[in-house]
Amino acid sequence: MNQWAFVIAAYALVGVAMAGLVGMSFLAMRGAEAKAEAAKRR
Amino acid sequence: MHGYANPARFLKIARPATGWLLGIGALLVLVGVYGGLAVTPPDYLQGDTVRILYIHVPSAWLGMAGWASIAAASISQIVWRHPLASVAGRALAPVGATFAALCLATGSIWGRPTWGTWWEWDGRLTSMLILFFLYLGYIALASAERERGGDGRMAALFGLVGAINLPIIHYSVLWWRTLHQGQSISVSGGSSIAPELLWPLPLTMVGFTAIFAAVTLMRMRAELARTKLEARLRRSAAE
Repeated sequence: MNQWAFVIAAYALVGVAMAGLVGMSFLAMRGAEAKAEAAKRR
Repeated sequence: MHGYANPARFLKIARPATGWLLGIGALLVLVGVYGGLAVTPPDYLQGDTVRILYIHVPSAWLGMAGWASIAAASISQIVWRHPLASVAGRALAPVGATFAALCLATGSIWGRPTWGTWWEWDGRLTSMLILFFLYLGYIALASAERERGGDGRMAALFGLVGAINLPIIHYSVLWWRTLHQGQSISVSGGSSIAPELLWPLPLTMVGFTAIFAAVTLMRMRAELARTKLEARLRRSAAE
């Protein structure tokens, strides 16, 4: 059993999850703040 | 804490803090992961699978810390009706659920080559799985309550009751001595892990914690902006 395959799988999973979590939260924040700012200017 | 009950005051701190926490967190995680994958030696017994420890332990810590924070926000909501408490609870839940899921997944990936099984109905594993389901219940309840225009008290009660699971997770390795090993690191008793293997762990612990805080702040900022927009739309519709 190649132990590195398990190590890489675990790190890849955490990497993808972190990128998704940070990316989605950032885009949601930027979108919501831009909409609120645009409504304020109107 | 009540000084930050005003969302404007909270945002004044949260805006710069988000970037700093994310930057510091990413840097610490990168150094910790590099150390864990490329610098530390393999364990004499577990071999290279010990490297999963550097991402598994922070995931477990943040899965539990996330719910402890929800419980603190719940107390703040029920006792003091803090206006940001329900916002914080809703922002924390998906982040905590992600880390609880990562804890279960990385533990399972570690378990296959080490224990010879992906899953066992062991006390620690089962109580952690229950925590993940509690997160899902909280997310569903809090969003349903928000859609109905509720003040978040039901979700706060659920958050408080669910905190009973935290000591169960912590002491599960002492109460039910099954497959999951006992505590390797404690605040009072030091560590049973060799120093040359241990050093990347504090880096990933602090790094992931900073990322957790940054993501929670981002989600709180998004929700506050949405609330502001909804209030503005309601006002202009009424005029």
